[in-house]
Amino acid sequence: MRWLRRRDREVIPDYDPGRERRAERRARELLRSVVDGADYEMYEQLGFVRVLGRGAGSGEGGYGYLIYPHRPIVAYDTESGELLSEYCVAFPDLSEPRGGEQLPDADDVLAKWMALHGDEHGLIADANMHLVGRQIDPAHVRRDLRRLADWQSRRARAEAQRTAVAS
Amino acid sequence: MKPGRGDVLLAEGDPEVSEDEQRLIEEFRRQLDQGMWAAVPTAIAGGRREAVMVRDFAEVPRDAEQVIFFPPAAGG
Repeated sequence: MRWLRRRDREVIPDYDPGRERRAERRARELLRSVVDGADYEMYEQLGFVRVLGRGAGSGEGGYGYLIYPHRPIVAYDTESGELLSEYCVAFPDLSEPRGGEQLPDADDVLAKWMALHGDEHGLIADANMHLVGRQIDPAHVRRDLRRLADWQSRRARAEAQRTAVAS
Repeated sequence: MKPGRGDVLLAEGDPEVSEDEQRLIEEFRRQLDQGMWAAVPTAIAGGRREAVMVRDFAEVPRDAEQVIFFPPAAGG
């Protein structure tokens, strides 16, 4: 059992130009170890991760979330693609200002991913909800939904080809 | 997870070993006392990855490979 987060009394130099890059690399490794391979590929290739809401997959009324690093979570209708709302949420670490308050991008995505999976209603309750368009351009999100659909189609085709070759 | 750093190892051990378990419990409590949230990555039927939020050491599955602590959410 490993417990991850903090190593006490670590000295953080005042200036280290490679620190953020290294932190993001570590964060991506952690993300890859926790989420599905498809979700990790989605983040690597599209820059966001999609999480289906608890009500999704049970017929009508399905919804999902797009998780962007350090941007609001966007909820959308999985049937119609209609954008539903923005949930502005952050994970500021106020304990060590010298390290900066912001988590690396991939850590921010993973924190949202874990919180949505583990306590969707709690996370949404903590977030500030707005209509889509306050912080994220709706056209950008619609384009991302199209990119996601294309990406899923390509993946499904590739999987079907692999299955055909194997059999 | 840490700003500017990514994840760092806090503690590790076998919860079936008494000394290890005590150390893990103390670290768990210390993190939650500091206001951190704790999540345990899991896999459900079909291999689909999930995560559960835990608020007490007793809620951590005994076979959990890791517990991830991160700052609590705040409205952005």
